Amino acid sequence: MTESAVSFSGLSYAYHPGKWLFRNYSASVAKGNILAVLGPNGRGKTTLLKLLLGALKPTTGCLSINGSVAFVPQLFHVSFDYSVLDMVLMGRARKIGLFSQPTRSDEEAAIVALDRFGMAEFAGRPFHELSGGERQLVIFARTLMSEADVLILDEPTSALDLKNQSIVLDWIARLSRADGLTIILTTHHPHHALAVADEVLLMMGGSQYSCGNAAHVLTEVNLAALYGVPLRRVLFEHDGRRIETLAPVLPMIDREDTGRPTAGQIL
Amino acid sequence: MTNLFNFADRAKRQKRSQFRWTEIILLGALIAGLLGSLMIGRFHVPLLDVVRIVLSGLPFRAAGDYDNAPWVVIEIIRLPRILLVTLCGMGLALSGATMQGVFRNPLVGPEIAGVSAGATLGGVIALMLGWASFGVVGLAFTGGLAALIAAFALANISGRASILALVLSGVIVSGFCSAIVGLLETLADPMTRLPTIVYWLLGSFVGATFEKVIVVAVVMLVAGTLLLAMRWRINLLSLSEDDATALGVEVNALRWTLMGLVAIMVAAQVSVSGGIGWVGLIVPHMARMIVGPDHSRLLPASALLGGMYLLAMDDLARVATSQEIPIGLLTSVVGTPIFAVLFWKTQARGWTNG
Repeated sequence: MTESAVSFSGLSYAYHPGKWLFRNYSASVAKGNILAVLGPNGRGKTTLLKLLLGALKPTTGCLSINGSVAFVPQLFHVSFDYSVLDMVLMGRARKIGLFSQPTRSDEEAAIVALDRFGMAEFAGRPFHELSGGERQLVIFARTLMSEADVLILDEPTSALDLKNQSIVLDWIARLSRADGLTIILTTHHPHHALAVADEVLLMMGGSQYSCGNAAHVLTEVNLAALYGVPLRRVLFEHDGRRIETLAPVLPMIDREDTGRPTAGQIL
Repeated sequence: MTNLFNFADRAKRQKRSQFRWTEIILLGALIAGLLGSLMIGRFHVPLLDVVRIVLSGLPFRAAGDYDNAPWVVIEIIRLPRILLVTLCGMGLALSGATMQGVFRNPLVGPEIAGVSAGATLGGVIALMLGWASFGVVGLAFTGGLAALIAAFALANISGRASILALVLSGVIVSGFCSAIVGLLETLADPMTRLPTIVYWLLGSFVGATFEKVIVVAVVMLVAGTLLLAMRWRINLLSLSEDDATALGVEVNALRWTLMGLVAIMVAAQVSVSGGIGWVGLIVPHMARMIVGPDHSRLLPASALLGGMYLLAMDDLARVATSQEIPIGLLTSVVGTPIFAVLFWKTQARGWTNG
């Protein structure tokens, strides 16, 4: 269809010789598409991202990325109380020379990037005083500053409350659709993948994986095999729109049988 | 859109106007400190005489007025010493601010990673060999850098270099270097080499000469200019390694370049005045309180404050008592309680070794 922005084939990684974290994974993401990577802890999601970022070298296989990459880490710990503006300016690292300082035009571009996410008024605030969702938006602004073609996000919604999850997912979708960024993200929420991803990679460990169109790969059977927890695809209507989501079947206490007081009675 | 540019304007104005004024005031204070330091001492010289004498000697020592006591006090004794103190203070504060950024920890300084002890060992070896000026700086630099590499390597044994591991490695390396220095002292010829070494180890600015000023000025100007030119990049190093790499930073190359420059500057300071602790550790904190954490502004402010701070310490060392107090002792007596407060404050704010 279109050229692929990110592709890898026969990709394998082992931290210790012979102990494969994953083997022979192949996938390709078309330019402007979103790939969601799912899998239980310890199956190598973060390792895969590090391979894509070039922080680790693949044990075997090859990968190619067309364009420059920006990374949004999962936990954002900053040792110093930089202002939001300072943080966003760091996105310009490739453009600002080794012996140079950010200029006025860099600062103006940073404010414009912040404004894109409704964060311009936060420019002078200390970054560490922001909420998790606000920080994520600041990092998105920083990504725009780097003018990257591929955006890699490590669990962008994991530390956020429901509202901020929704805001961040909305921006991820917009960055892909409006800005043409190719996005690769990891997540523990299959319904987030179903909501925004074009393609999905399920990392089942070893040489087992499943990759392809999100709606085709995120099946009840695949996800139950992946997580060992049954999930159901749920369809409902909201504001006249058909919404499709995924819900895990969680253990529930049978409240009528236990005879325990309900929340209302305690109050 | 109007809103947007209001924000842009406001942020810009904030950053720019603050930049000019704070730094200009600091520079003015440093110049005032220089003149004040030239005035005070056992032999008081009035301000106007200080200015006249300094200006008269300016192109370069037109003619020595050796019969004139104020001229001798200013030109031969105080001026070289005060310039040396200021350069060393600036270098130490720049080194500290850089190391804190590179290690992503506001609680490190040159003395903690073993640089000072390594530089001292290098200097002692140079003196054993009978070398002087640039020879001492050269070996002190080699020693400082070697100690830094050794501390890094030890800290990396566990695979992940935590700050705690680095501090402990620094203790190990410092202990080793100090032991070797002691060993060399017992081996040194008591008639020729030992007095030079002991005098040098005591560490003070008493023997300041223009020759030393030139040695230190050359080193500090070259290394300091490079460090200042790269100061914005230090912000990027204080991000996580993956993050900085993804932003296009050559993390390891940059880190080692900066650490090499730090080792050179610490070595230059150690070679002329022995170990002076706690300056590189606490001055950047003071600077951070004034200009904030952005290294674009932190490094120049640290340099100016560092010069002022060490100048004040040296003035105190000269005039506080009838006998001169070794400046290394003074910076430790003043610095450690300040550091204790900083430690308590950073811990209370939940700063952890990351």
